[in-house]
Amino acid sequence: MSAAAPGRRAPVAGVAVLLVCLAALLLMPLGVDKFYVQLVTKMMIMAVFAMSLDLLIGFTGLVSFGHAAYFGVAGYVLAYAAPQYQAASLWVSLPLAMAVSGLLALVIGLFVLRTSGVYFIMVTLAFAQMLYFVFHDTKLAGGTDGVYIYVRPDAALGEWAGGWKPFDLENFVHLYYVVLVLLVLTWIFLRRVIDSPFGRVIAGIKVNEPRMRSLGYATFRYKLASFVIAGTLAGTAGYFAAAQFGYVNPDLLGWHLSGSAIMMVILGGMGTLGGAALGAFMMMLLELLFQGLTKHWQLLMGCSIVGVALLLPHGLLGTVAAWWGRRATTGDTERTDG
Amino acid sequence: MIFPDAFLPYLEPAVDFPTFLIQLLNGVQYGLLLFLIASGLTLIFGIMGIINLAHGSFYMLGAYLAFSLTEGLGSLWLALPAGIVLSVLFGLALEWLVIQRLYARDHLYQVLLTYGLILVFEELRSILWGDDVHGVKVPELLAASISLTDNLNYPVYRLAMSGVCLVLALGLWWVLRRTKLGMIIRAGSVNRDMVQSLGIDITLIYRIVFAAGLALAAFAGMLAAPTSSVFPGMGNQVLIICFVVVVIGGIGSVQGAMIGAILIGLVDTFGKVLTLEVAGFQLLPQLSGVTVYLMMAVILLWRPEGLFGSRGR
Repeated sequence: MSAAAPGRRAPVAGVAVLLVCLAALLLMPLGVDKFYVQLVTKMMIMAVFAMSLDLLIGFTGLVSFGHAAYFGVAGYVLAYAAPQYQAASLWVSLPLAMAVSGLLALVIGLFVLRTSGVYFIMVTLAFAQMLYFVFHDTKLAGGTDGVYIYVRPDAALGEWAGGWKPFDLENFVHLYYVVLVLLVLTWIFLRRVIDSPFGRVIAGIKVNEPRMRSLGYATFRYKLASFVIAGTLAGTAGYFAAAQFGYVNPDLLGWHLSGSAIMMVILGGMGTLGGAALGAFMMMLLELLFQGLTKHWQLLMGCSIVGVALLLPHGLLGTVAAWWGRRATTGDTERTDG
Repeated sequence: MIFPDAFLPYLEPAVDFPTFLIQLLNGVQYGLLLFLIASGLTLIFGIMGIINLAHGSFYMLGAYLAFSLTEGLGSLWLALPAGIVLSVLFGLALEWLVIQRLYARDHLYQVLLTYGLILVFEELRSILWGDDVHGVKVPELLAASISLTDNLNYPVYRLAMSGVCLVLALGLWWVLRRTKLGMIIRAGSVNRDMVQSLGIDITLIYRIVFAAGLALAAFAGMLAAPTSSVFPGMGNQVLIICFVVVVIGGIGSVQGAMIGAILIGLVDTFGKVLTLEVAGFQLLPQLSGVTVYLMMAVILLWRPEGLFGSRGR
């Protein structure tokens, strides 16, 4: 394949837009109400979730319809780790949640990656649904109602640092900036992954897996690694979502969330990390807008999803990039489609 | 509790023969119903290459149609044909409006679009019918029960359901294997362009297959309406189980769907009745929701392409 892999060399305009967005996110809590700070916090958490799914859909070519499983399970880990009415330590419970979602992705991945194409879609959905039923039907963690997390994780360091507490997640502005840091770190991490030799291989698998295999790559292992990375990151997002919402319930693993995540990735433009993040923001805004309009807002949401699938296959970012490319007529902004 | 015994799986025997028979009949009946839905799903995929998440919504549509039409027309006997006509028309319209735009598209977009359709149908259902749980009366002719023992009865309606499903399954087999239309449909699933260049209007064939698949799911919903209540979200439950059926049977294979559906019907039914304890933990029926997925996992390890599937899809 050509050197111009998806989003490898971002055009100058792209970098500029990215910096402006980052600056806006940095300054935003200074000028707006608590409601909006919390809303954007939630959007950024979903953006991390959507980017983790983009690694699978947009970069590895694996359409997972069960991505919410890792998101929700990490939330449940936090709920378990927190003693009732007390805070869990962030430094213990976060790695634990990430490890559990990663491990879960490893186990499920061993099964689902034996399949491909449409089987893969159905089987990822079925496994996620199986976990949904485990939490839904049993008394493991509150059944249908879920569990409340009364106190957010405590960021205090151990004895060696004199119990120093760098930030307080109970403070919504602190939580906002912690999530912003998470978003930026996730973006940098995934960008590094995609630009690494590993990223080249999964890009090759997306385009033509048999060829990659005949070139001598153990494609199964690469796909599994990608699946585990995506699951772990989804877990990280789920952990912070549970911390922010203050509760977990089976819906956090439900297929509606998995479907929404796919919508976010495609709405923004798959195969461009920024697109997934943009999609998450747009999707949450749409939801807010529709909820304000009517009780039957899901109807409008459903119609927009159908519309995006039919009319915006490359998402907002892809469409803008194509338009930019036509305008600029230099070959540099040429996109490789997925 | 004696220590070694505690770690042996404890499977309570299925009480006595009549109870076992009743559960067997229930399992087969549930399986046959699943087959009606799953066969449409597998045909639409096998022939048209469309993964249709909204298939469960058609089952729900059928149940709600049965509810409204039985109220309006006075009997389920009139509601069934009217419902079938309506769902076929709906299928043709939906294929023409939306689905036909998906043939050339990647599965990803089919998933996204049909997921959007689920939200649309679910919300339309809420607008048209509200969010209450409804019931449909069993027609009087079939309202009786057969007594198996002194105190165990089996409803005739459920037997009739199984019978109708079996007849439909045979009919489906006959159409696909023994008629010219079936031959064209099978040819179309192998090579669309070739069939088209032989002068056959494949667009029309696709439209028929989609409408038929939709009508099968809707008919299953109509049949099930008197036994299970008619409630919001009923389609989604069924959809995911049907995915499991199709994955087990092999995508695109109608006979695979039959085997898978019966297997799932039995495993699910007995999973809810039997008691299984391992090391003092009650696994069944506590975790009965999980059994079918575990079975799927095992079959995937053994045959990733499903029992009757072909490799390379």
